[in-house]
Amino acid sequence: MSAGVRGSAEAPSTAVLEVTDVRLAFDGVVAVDGVSFEVGEGELFAVIGPNGAGKTSIFNVLSGVYRPQQGTVRFRGQDLIGMRPHRIAARGMARTFQNIELFSHLTVVDNLMLGRHNHMRYGALSAFFWLGRARTEELENRAAVEQVIDFLELEQWRRYPVGLLPYGVQKRVELGRALAMEPKLLLLDEPVAGMNVEETEDMARFILDVREELNIAMIMVEHDMGLVMDLADRVMVMDFGRPIRTGTPAEVQQDPDVIRAYLGEQHKSVTP
Amino acid sequence: MKGRPELYTSYGQDMGFLNTRPKRAWSGGLVVLALVLPFMITDDLLQLLATGFVAAIGAIGLNIVTGYAGQVSLGHAFFLAIGAYTAAALSGPEDGRVIGFGITSLPVWLLASGLVAALFGVLVAPVAVRLRGLYLAIVTLGLVFLGEHVFREWTSLTGGPGVGRPAAVPELFGVRLDQDSALFTAAQQLYLLMFVLLVIFGVLARNLVRSRVGRAFAAVRDRDLAASVIGVDLTRYKVLAFAVSSFYAGVAGALLFVVNGFFDPGSFSLLLSVQYIAMVLIGGAGTISGAIMGALFITLLPRITRELPTVLPFISGDATGAFTVFQLEAVLYGVLIIVFLIVEPRGLFGIWVRVRNYWRTWPFSY
Repeated sequence: MSAGVRGSAEAPSTAVLEVTDVRLAFDGVVAVDGVSFEVGEGELFAVIGPNGAGKTSIFNVLSGVYRPQQGTVRFRGQDLIGMRPHRIAARGMARTFQNIELFSHLTVVDNLMLGRHNHMRYGALSAFFWLGRARTEELENRAAVEQVIDFLELEQWRRYPVGLLPYGVQKRVELGRALAMEPKLLLLDEPVAGMNVEETEDMARFILDVREELNIAMIMVEHDMGLVMDLADRVMVMDFGRPIRTGTPAEVQQDPDVIRAYLGEQHKSVTP
Repeated sequence: MKGRPELYTSYGQDMGFLNTRPKRAWSGGLVVLALVLPFMITDDLLQLLATGFVAAIGAIGLNIVTGYAGQVSLGHAFFLAIGAYTAAALSGPEDGRVIGFGITSLPVWLLASGLVAALFGVLVAPVAVRLRGLYLAIVTLGLVFLGEHVFREWTSLTGGPGVGRPAAVPELFGVRLDQDSALFTAAQQLYLLMFVLLVIFGVLARNLVRSRVGRAFAAVRDRDLAASVIGVDLTRYKVLAFAVSSFYAGVAGALLFVVNGFFDPGSFSLLLSVQYIAMVLIGGAGTISGAIMGALFITLLPRITRELPTVLPFISGDATGAFTVFQLEAVLYGVLIIVFLIVEPRGLFGIWVRVRNYWRTWPFSY
């Protein structure tokens, strides 16, 4: 992928997600303002910025946790503003969290099965009897979950309650839960935060696998610049709730505004 | 795959209801034991055990809303009362001093009592959607006091305080189960009826909690934000948890009335709710078998404390002394809840898991 192909902040021809001029404020505090971007099919779009720049707030707007005061979010041709989180999830948006949000008392299998909640349709009455539709759907989805387990190499942890697992594995299970949803767009909130080099490399490999084999569009918020610059197709840099530059990793790295946001005014020269 | 019973070759085996050999053996053994018991022990003990079985149905109900879905409810006594009076009113004589419709068929009034209670559960549930934790507990607590007042005053339904009304008539296939028959005594019949019903409702509940619905309950309990982001409709599942829980409470209330034969309208009080909370916490929150263990434990507890005055003379056996057995029971509920929460939060079920794991590796410690 050369800079020429994906090289500009222009709209990708087939956008999965279109965010236009979103503004989110909590009373007087403006968390996000004037944010617009698009994510194309199979694209890996990264959002970076200093702490408090509004990156996670954007995720919360996209997944319906916060409702912005202004702007539109179109996901696969449908406006998401005002839609409740579970409806958005059902439309094909999955997400992982900065601080792991797994169901810590449940096993890995159960957590992944919960990711497939909307792939099952049977209700409480057939659940009581565990016959017919309930049984068939459970078995089908269990088989699908096993594919995710295989994909993320979670076999040995299958039966453990996730609360007992090592941090890096929990992060992987959370990615698995999102993948089990078979999403069209995957939001990764700091997928390698707090990981050592080895775990980071594992996670990077899984993210690449998701992209190469499953071809799912992704938005990634991450502080690990090495990872972002290696993996992302395009990067949006934010500061104080406003986007200051969107472009390829190479473009972004050389942008004086970006350097200023990260390193402050005084520094005149930076080796990228 | 003969000779390798622990080798699963399909997801069906892995996800089965009793998916290991020890589980099958223990369940089978307990069922056999429960079926021979009525021919070995006295009728008053049978009645106590029958009460325990019914309480277990109620405790399973509370465990679904509190243990699985994580919505603390102190209003269980209210739903028990709804079920009890629905059943009693449906099966009561049409021309008696209290409301009655003369429908004595057990399946009919049992289902009706569950459904009416579930309806009330659905009406209360929107509150749970707005509130959580202690605030929800307080609101459901209010429900108990509201119900207590209504049941005291509505004498044409409940018979009024101190008088009461007869329980529902348990008639199955034309046989009155609360009267001695040619083969069995009334206590044996009621015991067996309650046991069969406990098995049915236990199996249904176990199926529910291992299904998509049960997993959604656990998701709402553990992390509601993550639950909604993966596609679980919080409102829907909170309402459903209350509906199922109240259904079980209604059924248990109706049956409890039948086993006891008499209920003062004032007995559906906060203390009854607390007893059910104690059953769930002592038995083990979030497990069906734990709820059953807890219910039997709490039901049998008074029988044990009643024996104490003979051993410890400073405890008075009747209601007049300085420190009576009744006070002791009330204290014990509280003490046991505290001790279990601190020492073994998984309750009796947790103790069972520890015993099981000890023997699994015996004689090696690791």
